[in-house]
Amino acid sequence: MRDTSTNGNLLEVKDLRTHFETEDGVVKAVDGVSFALKQGETLGIVGESGSGKSVANLSLMRLIPDPPGKIVSGEIHFGGRDVLKLSTREVRDIRGKQIAMIFQDPMTSLNPLMRISKQLMEVTQLHLGHSREQARAHAIKMLEQVGIPDARERADSYPHEFSGGMRQRVMIAMALSCQPELLIADEPTTALDVTIQAQILELIKRLKAETGASVILITHDLGVVAGMTDHIIVMYAGKVFEQAPTAELFARPGNPYTRGLLRSVPDPLAEQGSLYQIPGLPPDLARLPPGCPFAPRCERAEDICRTEFPPFVQLTREHHSLCHFANEIYAESKGEG
Amino acid sequence: MLRFIIRRVVIIVPMLFIIVSITWGLIRLAPGNFYLGERKLAPAVEKNLREKYGMDKPWYVQYWKVFRNFGQGDLGTSLKYEGQSVNQIIWRAFPVSATLGLCAYLLALGVGITTGTLAALRQNSWIDYACTALAMVGIAIPNFILGPLLVLVFALTLFWLPPALWNGFPSKNIVLPAITLSAIYIAYIARLTRSGMLEVMRSDYIRTARAKGLSERAVVMRHGLRGGLLPVVSFSGPALAFLITGTVVVERVFALPGLGNYFINACFNRDEPLIIGIVAFIAIAVLVLNLLVDISYGFLDPRIRYT
Amino acid sequence: MNDEANMQDQHTADEAAELVVGSSLWRDAWRRLLKNKLAVFGMIVVAVIVLASVIGPTVIQRATGYAYDVMPKETRLNKSFPPFRSPEGGFSWTHPMGTDNAGRDILARVLSGGQISLMVALIATLVSLVIGVSYGAIAGYLGGRIDDVMMRVVDVLYSLPYVIIVIVLLALLPAKTPTGQLAELFFALGAVSWLTMARIVRGQVMSLKNQDFVLAARATGVSTPKIIFRHLVPNALGPVIVYATLTIPSVMLSEAFLSFLGLGVRPPRVSWGSLAADGAQTLAIFPWQLIFPGVTMALMLLSLNFLGDGLRDALDPQMRKQ
Repeated sequence: MRDTSTNGNLLEVKDLRTHFETEDGVVKAVDGVSFALKQGETLGIVGESGSGKSVANLSLMRLIPDPPGKIVSGEIHFGGRDVLKLSTREVRDIRGKQIAMIFQDPMTSLNPLMRISKQLMEVTQLHLGHSREQARAHAIKMLEQVGIPDARERADSYPHEFSGGMRQRVMIAMALSCQPELLIADEPTTALDVTIQAQILELIKRLKAETGASVILITHDLGVVAGMTDHIIVMYAGKVFEQAPTAELFARPGNPYTRGLLRSVPDPLAEQGSLYQIPGLPPDLARLPPGCPFAPRCERAEDICRTEFPPFVQLTREHHSLCHFANEIYAESKGEG
Repeated sequence: MLRFIIRRVVIIVPMLFIIVSITWGLIRLAPGNFYLGERKLAPAVEKNLREKYGMDKPWYVQYWKVFRNFGQGDLGTSLKYEGQSVNQIIWRAFPVSATLGLCAYLLALGVGITTGTLAALRQNSWIDYACTALAMVGIAIPNFILGPLLVLVFALTLFWLPPALWNGFPSKNIVLPAITLSAIYIAYIARLTRSGMLEVMRSDYIRTARAKGLSERAVVMRHGLRGGLLPVVSFSGPALAFLITGTVVVERVFALPGLGNYFINACFNRDEPLIIGIVAFIAIAVLVLNLLVDISYGFLDPRIRYT
Repeated sequence: MNDEANMQDQHTADEAAELVVGSSLWRDAWRRLLKNKLAVFGMIVVAVIVLASVIGPTVIQRATGYAYDVMPKETRLNKSFPPFRSPEGGFSWTHPMGTDNAGRDILARVLSGGQISLMVALIATLVSLVIGVSYGAIAGYLGGRIDDVMMRVVDVLYSLPYVIIVIVLLALLPAKTPTGQLAELFFALGAVSWLTMARIVRGQVMSLKNQDFVLAARATGVSTPKIIFRHLVPNALGPVIVYATLTIPSVMLSEAFLSFLGLGVRPPRVSWGSLAADGAQTLAIFPWQLIFPGVTMALMLLSLNFLGDGLRDALDPQMRKQ
């Protein structure tokens, strides 16, 4: 049964804040993030490491280790309920069953000491009440669905007996075992070879079509989201810097950071020249400067950027940008497009 | 796997050879003899004694005899305990030491793993500090001090338990010796478990297990313990070697008729066959036990494939 | 994309920085160590006991004439008196720890015992350090078959209770002079603990030897022993120090139980182990004879362990980097 909350959104995140207590102070990994996901959509979340994209999504399932982390405030509406207000048991019911997550490194994300079959069976035995035989049959079916050859024979292997790409397929099989409504894929291809990357992305696309799940795809790689997503949000320093439908974002970015990211993607057709790189490094989240967190690295920064926090400007109905000069940047890109 | 086992078994023979040779050599190098310390005897008496014990033959003949008898399973006759063969003595003494060692190690595993896991799951809480403190006791207080202390409190003051001597297996006599012997292992196992569990619980696959919706209990017991306890298993190998030396002291303190006690006495008595017999026996036992531990490690961690 | 190239550059830069800025890494570790209360406690206690053991006996002898081997002439004083008790039965400062069965002052004996126990522990650890580090470094650097064989030897030795052989050695071949006895102990105990050190150092060396600075050294023609001892070993020091700090209490314990069995330090010399052995005899009637050496030894072992743990935590980030 597909539950939807208000506005026909499957998932609505409102002003989520997740902080970490560290030796160096409070790190505001996620600081006021809001987004929504419609049923059947694929949302891309893009950002450099340290942008808060992973933490935001771990917060969705309340997987933040406490201590040192803590979801400080916000609302996460899923299936008509606020996840942050549920009891631990209710959250556990959702995990793996209605929302499932796959992680970046399949070698470390699978239990090396447990057979693949057992790891798959666990999920359905827990959430769907399968018996051993049912769970096992289902596990083999899932392995076949994700394209593991000789699934029946190889189901009892251990993770280290598979290649990286295969392991990721196993993770996907595990995640989709209970036909979740939402699949969160956290950098699913980063640890894999380029050729395998494409295969995995295709697999996710196909399974999404087959099962009707909605997908959140987290990555630092714009190339990955280009062909896969309906909407994109760009995160930086724990905040949403820009959100727009995919095509619009690529064609008419409204934020200097997004423009920088787009320029950093090497274009094989461009003339030989130096590769572009956004200057500087991501900020120290425990010591954020006042004003716009991107100001130190932004080529368009002016005094106001360094002192005042930028507004979240609405450029079109579905396109927002966090910048003092959002309209100007948008107009410029519109001109170029 | 089979080749691995065979290789390890095969290595026991040369090892044994070297150990026995070294021991024999040390005994022979020692000044004085078993039968008189370093006093002088009348030449005739001495000659008789030497003949009786076959010591009038040249040294290499005696050396060879040791191994020849070994091969036949005959470890000789004790020089001190009249008429008793070394085999007999070992046969009698071994169960005592084995029971003591086993009880102590099982106790250590039980208490150590439990406290270590508790401490890891409640890191930096008062439980963690309490468990770590308890573990520290085992490290700080040597067994030869803990033993007498326990005796003072529980036997001589409270009269709950007997202070010494052996009384067969399921008897109160084993309690204090087992606790004394296990103390330091409780400490090490608790620490190893704690750090092992801490590391495992931080790993990605634990996060995956949680993401699947498993209860915290299932996460810890089904996914966490397996990896977290591996260091304890690999520790058990060398631990067994140390356990042996521990039993020597504990048996002494509690006057238990085990291998350790016989061994020390044999050393002081220069009882050559008994010394060599016990050393050989212990060496084989330790090597075999280590092999078993390594094999079980292979079963527990499928990433290790012995060739 | 650009990330990989950058990471590579950053990596080499990091390596270089690590080596050049050696001193500030140690300073960081020191700071971290000081934050650890248990470790600081351990350090203080160790310092106090060491100091007391080193100068204590001389001070006491000068001040009161008591020493570990001084027995009172009057026979009525050749008894074990409880702490702070005078022979007449009243309170007295003369023997804060009481006396043993022969009337010797226990405080003096405990401190002298400390001298011996500490000396043995230190030197035996040094011996095991020298053997272990050399062995491990050589095995790690040479690699291949030699490493295989060397480590196989270690594996086999590791699983043997060669303390048993040490017992045989000490029981049957006691050295004639007290100094000889001590020397025997140093080597016997040192020979027991070098194995893990060798393993640790080998592991470190193996992970270090493929780094660029080694290549650079080899390219400029530095000889192999120099590479091993001048370049690799200093960089492997972190875990070595930690393990050495943890070896000392373990060696101390070994010496103690050997002395307890009558095989280690022999009369008239005393060590904590032999004092405990004596004290255990009369535990029921004169408990202080066991308690004072026992508590001192326990404190020392505890503190050394805290210190060792603290060092490991303090040096850990460094070790992880390597």
